[in-house]
Amino acid sequence: MAIIVDKSTRLVVQNLTGREGSFHALRNRAYGTAVVAGAAPGHGGEEVEGIPVFNTVREAVTETGANTAATFVPARFAADALYEAIDAGLETIVCITEGIPVHEMLRLYRYARTHEVTLIGPNCPGVISPGKANVGIIPAEIFAEGAVGLVSRSGTLTYQIGYELAQLGLGNTTVIGIGGDAIVGSSFVDILERFEADPETEIVVMVGEIGGDEEERAARFVVEKMTKPVLAYIAGFTAPPGKTMGHAGAIISGSSGTAQAKKEALEACGIEVGTTPTEVAQLVAARAAR
Amino acid sequence: MDLYEYQGKELFRRYGLPTGEGRLAQTPAEARTATEELGGTVVVKAQVLAGGRGKAGGIKVASSPAEAEANAAAILGMEIKGHVVRRLWIERASEIAREYYLSITLDRGAKKPLFMFTTEGGVEIEEVAARKPEALVRLHLDPLEGFHLWHGRTLSFGAGIADANERRQIEHVCERLYAVFTACDATLCEINPLVVTEAGELLALDAKVSVDDNALFRHEDIAAMHDPESVPVEERAAREKGVTYVKLDGEIGILGNGAGLVMSTLDLVALAGGKPANFCDLGGGGGAQGVVDALEVISADPQVKAIFFNVFGGITRCDEVARGILQALEQIQIARPIVVRFDGTNAEEGRRLLAEAALPYLHAAPTMLEAARKAVELAG
Repeated sequence: MAIIVDKSTRLVVQNLTGREGSFHALRNRAYGTAVVAGAAPGHGGEEVEGIPVFNTVREAVTETGANTAATFVPARFAADALYEAIDAGLETIVCITEGIPVHEMLRLYRYARTHEVTLIGPNCPGVISPGKANVGIIPAEIFAEGAVGLVSRSGTLTYQIGYELAQLGLGNTTVIGIGGDAIVGSSFVDILERFEADPETEIVVMVGEIGGDEEERAARFVVEKMTKPVLAYIAGFTAPPGKTMGHAGAIISGSSGTAQAKKEALEACGIEVGTTPTEVAQLVAARAAR
Repeated sequence: MDLYEYQGKELFRRYGLPTGEGRLAQTPAEARTATEELGGTVVVKAQVLAGGRGKAGGIKVASSPAEAEANAAAILGMEIKGHVVRRLWIERASEIAREYYLSITLDRGAKKPLFMFTTEGGVEIEEVAARKPEALVRLHLDPLEGFHLWHGRTLSFGAGIADANERRQIEHVCERLYAVFTACDATLCEINPLVVTEAGELLALDAKVSVDDNALFRHEDIAAMHDPESVPVEERAAREKGVTYVKLDGEIGILGNGAGLVMSTLDLVALAGGKPANFCDLGGGGGAQGVVDALEVISADPQVKAIFFNVFGGITRCDEVARGILQALEQIQIARPIVVRFDGTNAEEGRRLLAEAALPYLHAAPTMLEAARKAVELAG
């Protein structure tokens, strides 16, 4: 097993006819993901390398049995596309788009929560279950199959840690980038809950960064609800308050959201925090060998 | 994007919030004219994107046009927390009976807008929250439902406002402030102080508004309020080139691909005993032009003694990035050592290309930590 995406994933790519959409859809398909449809208004009836394109997501679902969407729609139209995907009854939506206005995400988040849907992102690299399916822009060749669940707020930093794990002979059940925005569809806690329930995941690595309090919430969840070991890495110890560090969500406001505060909260809950990406991988290897 | 007080008040007025009458002034002479027009006693207020203006001497009362002119001369050019005062807001003075605090922020944890209200206004809200938390009334809104009058009642009764007329005004102010918050795509709307005048009228004496950069495309009027001079010079140049850059204090220039990886790079430099000079994210690409732009921005900082280029190859392969770096170095002169770390897709090929180029100031290191140590050593 794995979580969120696997062999049962049937993917519809929103904006498949766009440059990013087609590039990554074809990569995802080459990896073995069942990319069954594209959705792009006004492009119904077209094909992209044999993938049929529909005008609406609903049509794509009816015609192809799609159950998961990957969203590559430009920021100013992305919220609309996400509502469309939710209303079409999809189980999972992975939104890659960066730069969606936060007020739209506030409303969209509440709306998604009243539906049976898992929303990952926005502003995220996607989800990969090695050997099963890849949805989004994650470079699949870095990751190996295995028993480590990996969840992160960033992209390349996740790849770095996944790569270091692979160097030590460790693979992943599923790797999830939850996104770098202030409001994202799924939090660390949401993902940890899924990993806890997944029989193949034996150990979890959480890669956090400055801003917000998701890591602190996750730490409490680990203590109260999890039986599996969780290890962590936090980026941004040297980030000054008040400056946004690339991600919209990575900003220290007031006295909260610092890397040090997060590290302390995690350690207080018995979660080991690695000082460098390499050290995190070594800690995981040591724990896995026990 | 943060707005100046006078810009925030302009938005407040547009949505029917009570504010005092005032004028913008950029010279002492303009301050004098503004005071003549307003008549009576005025307050001369420094317009900077930083708190603590009062304590820094950036707010002064003037009872005559001549005094306003003198105050303006004293405040203009003053530096408040690194911000030079170039604009003043001249406002008619109010008779203040009480000072309250009202704000709406985005509560990321709850994923909802959060109202905060207290009758202990006029001081830093963090101070109230720490010293007298029971005096601070908090209330979340459901963003799908929006504002209802009961929200206002909960806040005014919760803070113990006894006077019915005052409560009605507070409820109205809450409703209007939420209108500003949603209509302007704000991430913060704060009134501190929200005053009750001797005549019993409510007035927003200050305005702190931040607007979501991602939503500026649909607020041309607000985007036009942006003051390029409020951004540090180096960051302005980066912005023009479309480079994500934040200036820091140290001597190691840093660039990498991906915000999380770059943050991690800064931490490793600190761990190796160095101080990062900046945060610079190349984003997904590693093409020559992107590298040239980023290197230009970074090396414009005279404090930079060495540059650490940290790349993880994913879909962008390390050999492509290596070619980008070599092309970039043909186009610009970098009189400082550069340490490059490659990992991921085609890392070996990338390292080989750099080694073949045999540039004396270009160093390769196999891991992030070793690269950080090398950069610190070369800077020292």
